[in-house]
Amino acid sequence: MIRDSEPLVLGIETSCDETGVGVVRGTTLLADAIASSVDEHARFGGVVPEVASRAHLEAMAPTVERALAEAGVAFADVDAIAVTAGPGLAGALLVGVAAAKAYALALGKPLYGVNHLAAHVAVDQLEHGPLPKPCVAMLVSGGHSSLLLVPDVATDVRPLGATVDDAAGEAFDKIARVLGLGFPGGPVIDRMAREGTADAIAFPRGKYDDGTYDFSFSGLKTAVARWVEARERAGEPVPVADVAASFQEAVVDVLTAKALAACRAHGVKDLLVGGGVAANSRLRALAAQRCEAAGVRLRVPRPKLCTDNGAMVAALGAELVASGTVPSELDLPADSALPITTIRL
Amino acid sequence: MLVLAFDTATAAVTVALYEWIPGAGVRPRAAADAVDARRHAEVLTPAIAGVLAEAGAVPADLSAVAVGVGPGPYTGLRVGLMTARALGEALKIPVHGICSLDAIAWASARDEPFVVATDARRKEVYWARYESARVRTTGPAVSPPAEVLAELGVGPGELPVIGEGAALYPAQLGAAADPLPLLPSAAALAELAVTRLSGADGLPLLPPEPLYLRRPDARAPGPRKKVSQG
Ligand SMILES: Nc1ncnc2c1ncn2[C@@H]1O[C@H](COP(=O)(O)OP(=O)(O)O)[C@@H](O)[C@H]1O
Ligand SMILES: [Mg+2]
Repeated sequence: MIRDSEPLVLGIETSCDETGVGVVRGTTLLADAIASSVDEHARFGGVVPEVASRAHLEAMAPTVERALAEAGVAFADVDAIAVTAGPGLAGALLVGVAAAKAYALALGKPLYGVNHLAAHVAVDQLEHGPLPKPCVAMLVSGGHSSLLLVPDVATDVRPLGATVDDAAGEAFDKIARVLGLGFPGGPVIDRMAREGTADAIAFPRGKYDDGTYDFSFSGLKTAVARWVEARERAGEPVPVADVAASFQEAVVDVLTAKALAACRAHGVKDLLVGGGVAANSRLRALAAQRCEAAGVRLRVPRPKLCTDNGAMVAALGAELVASGTVPSELDLPADSALPITTIRL
Repeated sequence: MLVLAFDTATAAVTVALYEWIPGAGVRPRAAADAVDARRHAEVLTPAIAGVLAEAGAVPADLSAVAVGVGPGPYTGLRVGLMTARALGEALKIPVHGICSLDAIAWASARDEPFVVATDARRKEVYWARYESARVRTTGPAVSPPAEVLAELGVGPGELPVIGEGAALYPAQLGAAADPLPLLPSAAALAELAVTRLSGADGLPLLPPEPLYLRRPDARAPGPRKKVSQG
């Protein structure tokens, strides 16, 4: 049930190549509008920051209009504006921050500049209700791979570990390129892997037993590339499905093993997985299997809420309003390297 | 009617609030100027809030926004355009674009032909040629300073060049004795906007679209790099 007493929050996300605008009331999702410039980047094999920034400027106002219409609310109904202040691409973040400030000023409503990673955690409340306190969150996307201990997503998020080189999604994208599968690589590899055998090739699992909650995927990436090149040099066909499946298995094996180790070490019974790579079917399956065995409850938002979107920013904004957090000032900067410990800038 | 004007296409963040009574004229109510090339986004919205407060006005009192559309370094330029568009959208008021070089030209009040040049970084200038402060004849364009006069088919010293580009590259451009103003001012933007809205002649009002003049730096990747040799 939607209570009118809960804050209506407009959330804006422009940290990478999606212009996301979401509307929530408390923990209820009302709208999740998105405009993506991914097609413009595809031919460059990765996100081009200036192309993304230009696209955000063009997409912002129409996407906001679409979100308000979808939510069935007017500007005047909005109680607060939330925007991703970082981390992300500096120029892209600035477009969202400029828009959010102008909306906040025009409407006379509070502004919350929020952390993109904390927003990836908060979004789950829109689907599965209030977050257990504490929970462990694993965020895996094209830009990030982190394990977080989350006593309270509005006030207390602690980093446990992160990738020391490539992000998990980045590894998917690079391997897709090695296999000639296009960009972004995650969805294609996920699809191809279903036709292959996960233990066909033994690829290395970086930092598997090092006792930290950090990840490393660059050694895996090199190993896969070497293996494929050796095949090509020998004039033998590359078993693309087996390579995809074995590579994917190596990634999700390390991810889930470390996530569950973190739950165990901190006595936490709830694991949340978010970010674009959380859309991966094998990651979902293996996480479910290992959580079940460990007596840990698994929460994974639906794929559309896992990838970058505005609803997640609105969700965190609503949580900040509810927790009585002081709003940001109008001189809010964008911080491309915002640390996870800063939930509201 | 209250008209809010601002420009972020150069190192300056310039904001002005003008009151326009159609038929009776226009008068400044408040202004704020800062030069801080790297903090446009941080400075602009507080400056707008500041001029509104100084004039005892609220955002809902605004009837139009005039914004500099460049050409200018992209990141700062976009902050101005995004802010203008969002204000226009939320307040349901029109947003008029003005070429930022035109704002410099207009403020110069010159009667003879001249060139306006601003800093385009990467050792280039944004420039345009004017017949007078009221008529632009060439540009805006972006070029190395040494090529601007050649593109116009004139020799050094034949056309006065004003704006910060003239101050930065006096040897290549042959700066005017008095190259002012160096940067666009929101006051000029507001006066130009009101002049055009009242039906008088002047430099054009444009849609609030950025004049980037350059394509984004991006190259499609070459063939995949091999990780192993031999
Ligand atoms: N099914 C999938 N399996 C693995 N990776 C995926 C899948 N779907 C998307 N990805 C990866 O997720 C990343 C995008 O994540 P997202 O959170 O949207 O953006 P960002 O990287 O900007 O934070 C890309 O690297 C993409 O390859
Ligand atoms: Mg993300």
